Amino acid sequence: MSRTFIEILRRALDEELGRDPAVHLLGEDVAAGGAFGVTSGLAQKYGTQRVRNTPISEAAITGIATGAALCGLRPVLEIMFIDFATLALDCLVNQSAKYRYMSGGQLAVPMVVRTQAGAAGGAAAQHSQSLEAWFIHVPGLIVVAPSSPVEAYGLLKSAVRLGDPVLFIEHKRLYTLKEALPVDAELPPIGHARVARVGTDVTLIAYSAMVRNALEAADELSRSDLSVEVLDLRTLAPLDMATIGASVSKTHRVVIAHEAVESGGLGAEISARIGSDLFDELDAPVTRVACPFSPIPFAPGLEQALLPGTANIVRAVRSVLG
Amino acid sequence: MTEPTTLADWKGMYRALWRIRIFEGQVQRLAAAGEVPGFPHLSTGQEAVAVGVCAHLTREDALFTGHRGHGHTLAKGSDVQAAFAEILGRDSGLCRGRGGSMHLVDAANGMLGATGVVAGNLPLAAGAAWAFQTRGATTISVVFFGDGATGAGVFHETLNLAALWKLPILFVCENNGYAEFTSREEHSNVKQVSAFAAPYGMPARTIDGNDLIVVHAAAGDAVAALRHGSGPYLLECMTYRMAGHYVGDAQHYRSKEELAAIKEKCPIERLKRRLIEWGARESELDALGEEARQEVLHGVERARASPPPDPATVLEYVYSAPSLAAPSRVNS
Repeated sequence: MSRTFIEILRRALDEELGRDPAVHLLGEDVAAGGAFGVTSGLAQKYGTQRVRNTPISEAAITGIATGAALCGLRPVLEIMFIDFATLALDCLVNQSAKYRYMSGGQLAVPMVVRTQAGAAGGAAAQHSQSLEAWFIHVPGLIVVAPSSPVEAYGLLKSAVRLGDPVLFIEHKRLYTLKEALPVDAELPPIGHARVARVGTDVTLIAYSAMVRNALEAADELSRSDLSVEVLDLRTLAPLDMATIGASVSKTHRVVIAHEAVESGGLGAEISARIGSDLFDELDAPVTRVACPFSPIPFAPGLEQALLPGTANIVRAVRSVLG
Repeated sequence: MTEPTTLADWKGMYRALWRIRIFEGQVQRLAAAGEVPGFPHLSTGQEAVAVGVCAHLTREDALFTGHRGHGHTLAKGSDVQAAFAEILGRDSGLCRGRGGSMHLVDAANGMLGATGVVAGNLPLAAGAAWAFQTRGATTISVVFFGDGATGAGVFHETLNLAALWKLPILFVCENNGYAEFTSREEHSNVKQVSAFAAPYGMPARTIDGNDLIVVHAAAGDAVAALRHGSGPYLLECMTYRMAGHYVGDAQHYRSKEELAAIKEKCPIERLKRRLIEWGARESELDALGEEARQEVLHGVERARASPPPDPATVLEYVYSAPSLAAPSRVNS
């Protein structure tokens, strides 16, 4: 039976709430199902103490989740849009991320912050951003960005069970996507990328919704007899350079695609690491496909004009194969 | 504490005040000598708040503090040597030299953390209280903060949430009249911090924070109510920072008269006068002070003699597992 990304997230949360009494959900409207319905019905099943509504106080609720995690709970906090995580930055950056380290390993913050990111449908400049690069810059934080419903199911469950603070970024464009959940699927480990499609001519690195564009591009290029290997990073911090390295050593060409702006983005980090660690393997410059340096516009035509898509990836791959 | 407080209890607290006073004096001395890395902040003159509140706490109760937190840490039961070694950045320190003066943590004693970002500790303490509430425990959470924290939005967010959720948390404001170098009058029209509690439906009191007997009584009432599920309480303790904002602060913003008046308000002198009125001998009180001095000096010397952390361990404690040490290298 096929389920949407939202339904599969709900199932993962339902199972984790049922499995471990330490798991608690909190956030704005979560007891009512949340802004996108991910937690719909869970308060009825587990009670409003375990699925708890909060005021619109991102700084405080992130701190409360962190403090509760220090004292034995496994909170799963929903920040409705990643754009609002800016209001919780002191806690995420200065407190949650550093607690284990600053305490010399005495305390830990096993917490998941679920948030939703990316552009779609005219959400405009304050509800569409891809801010993951800010968070990968913070030692102690884990950043996960699933590319599909099935991936989200396993990664969310793994994140809930981890002993570290995890920022779990869901792309709004994936929310209505449907997939069937395999029976007895193994949970993917945090910190490991996935080869989403095997290929030999070029390594195409993507994450989140952009993995779908990457797979579409690979399909299209295969009709020109070009074999594209697609990597789905899954965990953005810490980066799985071992999987990237194995692929680059095979293909010798790299395209990195993400929706976030190009400047200071994850692509820059990956490109620099490939440049320093795998320079001798490269037959072409590492190329990035990313958003131009602009806020996300409102008008549908403008939004479409700005966002990188499958056609941009196809062009980039053709250029590195020159 | 449900049993009545005896003269012996008060003497114990008198000793505890001295323990903090001497400790801070040693931090000041060694900071001036260049032995203390970073920016230590002293709680000299504010000891009565730490001791009067912590006297009612168990080891299981959670305590959070801010950048001026040495006294709270000691009052919660931390070992002098381990606390001082941390302030010196030694491997035998509470946090193995990863935290320092502004980030003391002593989890075994329920000292769950000092944070160097003003007001950042408030929601953490509320979170601990929420965890206790979910378990139906009588354990409580206590957070110390200065009046400067009321300028932060998260102070108000946390008060609202704590009151709304009826969390077992005691907010203890040490109102020393200064946010860093700026007097309260210059940064808020709200004179008393306790006034912020009423709109959220939270009980609050403003008390003389330099009178240990007053602090002890007020905190005792608040803690007892909290353990019975009364919901949060805000205790504003008026106190005086006898030292500057940080070690080396020349305090040009304070007049000579103000500095002289502060000495009169010393909580240790005030308690001593009361205990003598109640029948304690001055000589035995002096002996308690001397005992505290010896304990602290002994701990400080052992801390100074202990080695720094091994630089090879610098990447420990970033993540829960070494396999997550970011980022993995090619071919690893």
